[in-house]
Amino acid sequence: MIELKREELLISQLADLLVNDKHIAVGAASPIPGAAALLAKEEAKLQNNRIRVTILHSNKYNNFTDGARELFDCAAQGRIDTFFLGGVQIDGEANINLVGTGSYTKIQKRFPGSFGSALMYFVVPQIILFREEHSPRTLVDKVDFISAPGFSDENIYRPGGPKFLLTNRALFKFNKQKKRFCLLKIHNNESIENIIKLTGFKFDVDDKITNMSIPDQTRVDILRNKISYMVSEFYPEFADRIWGI
Amino acid sequence: MKQFDELSLLEIVDEVKDGDLIGIPADYSGVPMMFTKELIKKGVKDLKLYCLPLTTIQGDMLIGSGCVSEIEAAAVTLGEFGLAPRFSKAVEAGHILIKDSTCPALHAQLQATEKSVPFMPLRGVIGSDIQKYRKDWQVIENPMKCSGHKNEPILLLPAVQLDVLIFHAPCVDKNGNIQIGRRRELATLTHASKKVFVTTEKILDIDFFDNELSAATCLPALYVDGISVVENGAWPCALPGVYGQDNDEIKKYSIAAKTQKGFEEYMQNYLFN
Repeated sequence: MIELKREELLISQLADLLVNDKHIAVGAASPIPGAAALLAKEEAKLQNNRIRVTILHSNKYNNFTDGARELFDCAAQGRIDTFFLGGVQIDGEANINLVGTGSYTKIQKRFPGSFGSALMYFVVPQIILFREEHSPRTLVDKVDFISAPGFSDENIYRPGGPKFLLTNRALFKFNKQKKRFCLLKIHNNESIENIIKLTGFKFDVDDKITNMSIPDQTRVDILRNKISYMVSEFYPEFADRIWGI
Repeated sequence: MKQFDELSLLEIVDEVKDGDLIGIPADYSGVPMMFTKELIKKGVKDLKLYCLPLTTIQGDMLIGSGCVSEIEAAAVTLGEFGLAPRFSKAVEAGHILIKDSTCPALHAQLQATEKSVPFMPLRGVIGSDIQKYRKDWQVIENPMKCSGHKNEPILLLPAVQLDVLIFHAPCVDKNGNIQIGRRRELATLTHASKKVFVTTEKILDIDFFDNELSAATCLPALYVDGISVVENGAWPCALPGVYGQDNDEIKKYSIAAKTQKGFEEYMQNYLFN
């Protein structure tokens, strides 16, 4: 049995969702998605497939040369298949809040801001919501501020949107028609009952719900021997904390 | 005659007036920290920060020092080191006005000025609370018959022109052309600013236009009003391709600035030692 860190398990869950992509982009404050994208790329190479990865905060693992706007132009052109978004709060209709809690005009706790979410959520076909903390304060019934809405009216241009939500306890899939999350996988130490208790919104449970898949030795080796060093280029603090490099 | 004006750092600081709308580069674009230090010492007031598209320690220090009345940004953060504490406190207390935006909108508003058109359309954003609170933004129905979708609502953003922009660059050639590499958002900021000043690590005795590679990665001197050599001018922020961010220092700041008192002690040391 391989001793796995929780972060490594999450990287592995995300990498499983990226196998069909051609181009994955990773934005600010996203070491786990960044590692997952690079892992998916390395594994694709071994299968003689090609995945391109753009890590925004890296100089080396970055395909853009036209300045910070290129990410948004590229996404709007439909050239990015997967992007990751987080949230101070995420609600049951997949609305995300990156701005703060309480009413906007009299904010209680102010967070950084919406970044590029208000465009990326609309134009990237597979948005994976990623928020490590799984609690009633992060997964709420209704967000206090909508940085980007989970769905839009039919007349709004919207080829993209939410597909999955991963936390450190569970993986959900978003059902666009029902505007509702469905629980697909849970962490080995979790029960469905506990997930219900810790989730502030109502959700469906998949008939074939399983535990999160444990990566095999080959994947763990690639992650620890190769990806870890790549991550240290753009998230040194994270690489040091998880892998001691 | 020399092809550009070489100024002292204090001469550049004097070009920034109370109430100016000032361009703020992101942490990956060359943050002019030495300049910021002198600007805070001067005690400038009521600055309006326009971040492309975010700011880290530069914006947080200016806000904590009472230099800012308004900020337009997609994010203010210390990245891996957590929230920008003076920013968060100032917004919570209502001491500054925040015009919440999203990265592509901040780019598009400057791109409108680059082209000298009054507005720029952008997809997405509709239905967000960002849009709800931005009374200066408008939604219209796509008026084009030959492009886009019929009956499609589309967001219009006003052109924004900056009063002044200061950024830090790795090097400048003998004619005052600025090396910006792939950080092309600095060109966008520059084109949209009335006055532009650059601090740089060094001036080289070459001409970037002699070589196709260096010509393609430079910002022509014609847009720039003055240059000052300031070694280590982005510290503790990174200067792309030259030096990385000083993580120990940013961490130290992130801890100290959690309280106003801790921030003031940190700044006393940072500004005067």
